[in-house]
Amino acid sequence: MSLTSGPMRTSRPARAGQYLALLAYLVFLAFPFLWLISTAFKSPRELGDLHPTWIPKDPSLDNFRQAFDEQPLLEAAGNSLIAALAAALIAVVIATPMAFVMARHRSRLTTAATGWVVVSQAFPFVLVIIPLFLILKNLHLINSLPGLIMVYVVWSLPFALWMLVGYVRAVPRELEEAAAVDGASRLRTLVSVTAPLLMPGLVATALFAFITAWNEFFFALVLLKSPEKQTLPVVLTHFIGAEGAADLGPLAAAAFLATLPSLVIFAIIQKRITGGMLAGAVKS
Amino acid sequence: MTLATAQEQSGKPRQREPGGGGRRPDFGTWFLVLPALLPILILSVGPLLYGIALAFTDSQSGRTAPTQWIGTLNFSDLLHDTLFWDSFRIGLLWAVGVTIPQFLLALGLALLLNQNLRFRWLARALAIVPWAMPEVVVGIMWRLVYNPDAGILNETLRNLGLGEGRDWLTGLATALPAVILVGIWAGMPQTTVALLAGLQNTPHELHEAAALDGAGAWRRFRAVTWPALKPIALSVTALNFIWNFNSFALVYVLTSGGPGGRTRLPMLFAYEEAFRYGQFGYAAAMGCVMVAVISVLLAVFLAGRLKGGDK
Repeated sequence: MSLTSGPMRTSRPARAGQYLALLAYLVFLAFPFLWLISTAFKSPRELGDLHPTWIPKDPSLDNFRQAFDEQPLLEAAGNSLIAALAAALIAVVIATPMAFVMARHRSRLTTAATGWVVVSQAFPFVLVIIPLFLILKNLHLINSLPGLIMVYVVWSLPFALWMLVGYVRAVPRELEEAAAVDGASRLRTLVSVTAPLLMPGLVATALFAFITAWNEFFFALVLLKSPEKQTLPVVLTHFIGAEGAADLGPLAAAAFLATLPSLVIFAIIQKRITGGMLAGAVKS
Repeated sequence: MTLATAQEQSGKPRQREPGGGGRRPDFGTWFLVLPALLPILILSVGPLLYGIALAFTDSQSGRTAPTQWIGTLNFSDLLHDTLFWDSFRIGLLWAVGVTIPQFLLALGLALLLNQNLRFRWLARALAIVPWAMPEVVVGIMWRLVYNPDAGILNETLRNLGLGEGRDWLTGLATALPAVILVGIWAGMPQTTVALLAGLQNTPHELHEAAALDGAGAWRRFRAVTWPALKPIALSVTALNFIWNFNSFALVYVLTSGGPGGRTRLPMLFAYEEAFRYGQFGYAAAMGCVMVAVISVLLAVFLAGRLKGGDK
């Protein structure tokens, strides 16, 4: 990392300019989130003030209480948790063998799969959502978590495959060859040689799929109709509407809570994601 | 595209992989691939083809009469639908207005993060935050920032003596710029991380050599960094453009397409057409048009850029 500015000297004014620019970026990136936190902890009376301040004058948890009263947040968080957990686990379980094949064996099938991974990034959801809606309706999976989970699994597969192929390539092929020489079948090799070495990569991929599903809004909006089945992002939008100053607090509080799981997970896997991208870039 | 590469590869002399698995997938391979392949075919490739087919029908939600093929009627209707083309224009404005500043800002941040600065770790951590947030929360958060009375933006303007501020998200002139700013903010992390990866991959020796030859920072960037970064920059920009054009949740939460349709992105338009008015066939036709136009635009953009690099 420190390679970059080895022998090159940066002049002092230039350095100062760099720090100034960095500070500007930090402010731009951080201030909306800080404002969300600030709003969440203000008392309803303070939110009506004409001159809002950064630091709440008398911080309170009223907004959080009120948020839980107004909307079924716990239920929604439960739905989100089930959907995200199931989608992440299923996606990793079915993507790993396929990534293994894509990384190790070149065939028309894997070329097509790679093509799909790339093209699906550019997929317009609007073209898929109507058919998905009709298909799931015929399967009686509309307005149900299992239906949503199936969509999330497929939706997180491109990125999961892309990450996993990189991780599989990083496992030395000689190990697998040794296992093959010893007479292990392909599945056996995958389960007892490759998978253990892949574990960190599998965890990172699962966590990423979890966040993707936890944050997702569009499919959940279209596919879930009854309030008791909706996920957190959809329920959050119920706070928006004819909002007076009084409703800003609960809105902020609920939004803040909904972000925490993703933030924690992201903090855990952040290095791995940026690191994984680096590794992929270096190898290609 | 995919087909061409497949044929190219099959034309090459056969390279046997250790443990079998040549060109034709054997039973073991199918066994490993099917669990992922089936869902992909049923819930991704299938719906895409189904969606294209729907565009040529009069499919509607909750209708009892059977759906019929109507040829290109949806498309000729769409051609005269000025509301749709207004929305399409707004979509392009939004996509360009978000993608380009986002790229420039992210490039600046990536260059800074690639320097040996203190607090770099903090900037890196913070730069990731928008990425981790649900889009709905990003929208809510910025609604609070833009709020005319309780928002920090107007309060800051008042404190700086720059007037009383305004209602940004409902003003006819300010709504689109306001949502574009949110779009830039929300997409910066991915772009920065990708560009940073590219930067750390640029040949370091060349940098040093250029510095020894007395090349200034800008010359070094033009001559060494940019050529190495260009492929990544191009693909990131292209992907960002597509993602932004297809974006939905942010604007749905911020303005739901208002005021007076000033921020009604094509995705919002198609969503309403399909799930509020139940016009499945017509909405699918919109989707097809969106894909077609975007593909053409991107092809032109990429072809132009790549050619420009040859000189």
